[in-house]
Amino acid sequence: MTATHLGMPAFPAAAREAVRDDVLRANLRRATHTIRDKRARAVSELADWDRLRAAGKAVKDHTLRHLDHYLLRLEAAVTAAGGTVHWAADAAEANRIVTALVLATGEREVVKVKSMATQEIGLNEALEAAGIAAYETDLAELIVQMGHDRPSHILVPAIHLNRAEIREVFRTEMGRWGRPAPDGLGDDPRELAEAARLHLREKFLHAKVAVSGANFMVAETGTMVVFESEGNGRMCLTLPETLISVVGIEKVVPTFRDLEIFLQTLPRSSTAERMNPYTTMWTGLGPSKGADGDGPAAFHLVLLDNGRTDTLADEVGRQALRCIRCSACLNVCPVYERAGGHAYGSVYPGPIGAILSPQLRGTDEEIDASLPYASTLCGACYEVCPVAIDIPEVLLHLRERVAQGGPATREGIRVRIRPARGHTAERAALRAARLLLERPGALRAGERLLSRARRLRPRRLPGPGRAWTDSRELPRPPREPFRDWWARERGGRA
Amino acid sequence: MRAALFVTCVNDALYPRTGVAVVRLLERLGVDVDFPAAQSCCGQPQYNTGYRYESEPLLRRTARAFAGYPYVVAPSGSCVAMIREHYPRIGARAAAEGRGNELADLAAGLVPRVYELTEFLVDVLGVTDVGAYFPHTVTYHPSCHGLRALGLGDRPRRLLAAVRGLDLIELPGAEECCGFGGTFAVKNPDVSAAMGADKVRAARATGAEVLCGADNSCLAHLDGTLRRAGAPLRTLHIAEILASTDEAATTTEGKHPR
Ligand code: SF4
Repeated sequence: MTATHLGMPAFPAAAREAVRDDVLRANLRRATHTIRDKRARAVSELADWDRLRAAGKAVKDHTLRHLDHYLLRLEAAVTAAGGTVHWAADAAEANRIVTALVLATGEREVVKVKSMATQEIGLNEALEAAGIAAYETDLAELIVQMGHDRPSHILVPAIHLNRAEIREVFRTEMGRWGRPAPDGLGDDPRELAEAARLHLREKFLHAKVAVSGANFMVAETGTMVVFESEGNGRMCLTLPETLISVVGIEKVVPTFRDLEIFLQTLPRSSTAERMNPYTTMWTGLGPSKGADGDGPAAFHLVLLDNGRTDTLADEVGRQALRCIRCSACLNVCPVYERAGGHAYGSVYPGPIGAILSPQLRGTDEEIDASLPYASTLCGACYEVCPVAIDIPEVLLHLRERVAQGGPATREGIRVRIRPARGHTAERAALRAARLLLERPGALRAGERLLSRARRLRPRRLPGPGRAWTDSRELPRPPREPFRDWWARERGGRA
Repeated sequence: MRAALFVTCVNDALYPRTGVAVVRLLERLGVDVDFPAAQSCCGQPQYNTGYRYESEPLLRRTARAFAGYPYVVAPSGSCVAMIREHYPRIGARAAAEGRGNELADLAAGLVPRVYELTEFLVDVLGVTDVGAYFPHTVTYHPSCHGLRALGLGDRPRRLLAAVRGLDLIELPGAEECCGFGGTFAVKNPDVSAAMGADKVRAARATGAEVLCGADNSCLAHLDGTLRRAGAPLRTLHIAEILASTDEAATTTEGKHPR
């Protein structure tokens, strides 16, 4: 994955800043609760939701099990429809391919459709280094890009900002990127959207090259599918002469019919809509191969691995590849709500980020080793996930890899991950606790000691115990442990 | 009917009143309760922190301690979830690692006999009115493992609603996690505290006298947060409310001062 986020502090330290930022906390709380409630209503309208969820899971699992087969079918179908397929093993290779394709057109500007895959590989930065300007056209991405900020949500990248903050970005930055914001711009959402519309319209009409991702790729027909709300994506997908799509290999589905499931589950899970306003589908260059001037004259599909095959090799972790990036898990996550998206140090924040980043990037970096612990295991994410990814199960699996070490696949090679640094004291403590708990005699002695020390009752503990007592009182030890009460009161029967 | 109490390590060491309440409640309902002294901890702290191997000896101990009992009842949703959800996984992983079926067999033998307290009352004993008397306003926080992993649903609320004198007030945002999360509470203390503060704010806004739960580890976190704030709201395990009767309600024990 991209290096832009690496060197981030571990999750707890990054989250501390966010927790203390009252404006951010309020922005996140309002936004996540609104969409959370709307999603619940949209989902409850469908009597067969559970079956749709199970069907989505089954389609994805089947496809992942035969991924090689479906990717080859997809390649054949896209090629037959006039497109060109490229394979990229990692971010660097994908960036090289896209950069070369853009340079070959002679253009130095591209418009972009909102895409997680291109963010994952840091494409904008790679293009910039080659002298190519990439313009985001999704409203929220545009705000983030102009504000020199980082996205903090999969679907609503500027969720951490409120409208006053957005107005500020438009007022001060829009002019540097193209058509400036009108004078006297207010912070009414409609006014802000109109300013962005005028700004973007100019970009669409000039752009010769567009870069996109895709939500789904149909192996059977070679059809690419993009779900969106604003219509800006459709502009990018139809107006420019060259279209380059960078798509993760896990986005393939076998047949056109499979879309039926996701056309229902994705919009309801992500924007809480029955149907998203724009669903754009294209198959290579279309029947006319672009000759009628309708749609792009050249289409390139860059299939991205970047850690996905390694993830697929892991029996527990591979379910993360079912993800359709709806962001429902972010919106219900109580940790995301307080910590915000930036604390996850990746373009994939929230619960899905906590299981995806440590798999795609490995657990060597401090931030990635801390992500499996960025959860209370409350299970709200699993409950809403439209493809039934058991996120708590994967979190526990990855905690094990971090704390205890274990097998993993890196760049196609089976390796043994060594326990992460910084877990020595914890390992010793939990081991000691286990040894004590295994010996009820010793346990009882320990419990009695605790009861005897009950009058000491410290308010603040030193060392790691401070993490508890900084915000909470300690429980008061009782006069006697339960087992002593039992021995005294019911002992004769035990 | 014979049932073993799995009191859990947290209750044994810190909340013996909850264990005593379960014993009195079940005995009142005609259950012959036993406490196998070989029990200790289910291994959840180790397992949930990533130390699966450390949790294996505790799986073994727990399964052996409760061998032969037709029912095992625990006043903790998260410990029951640990057994029901994770013991079979631990067994399967050990088998997959070529270490035989011992753990898998122990897990399979234990899992179907283990019940969370409110499950046992409603599903096995078939009671919702346990004959309790508790003249106080109460709000209920369903801990996540009980709510989502075990699917306890409205069992705790139905039990509370049938208690004479008890005025049950709905807790807004009840299904949201309190922020305890086991070692999460100390590994991510800032987020944990922020979640706890929000939960406590919602509970205080109900105006209830008692914040009730079915998991004392979550309640320890909430109680600690409340006491640091000097709030008058007190926390109480559901077993202690259900164990309260007319006579007990007037004694000190019935009021459960901590
Ligand atoms: S993990 Fe599930 S809920 Fe989260 S973004 Fe992916 S599909 Fe949506």
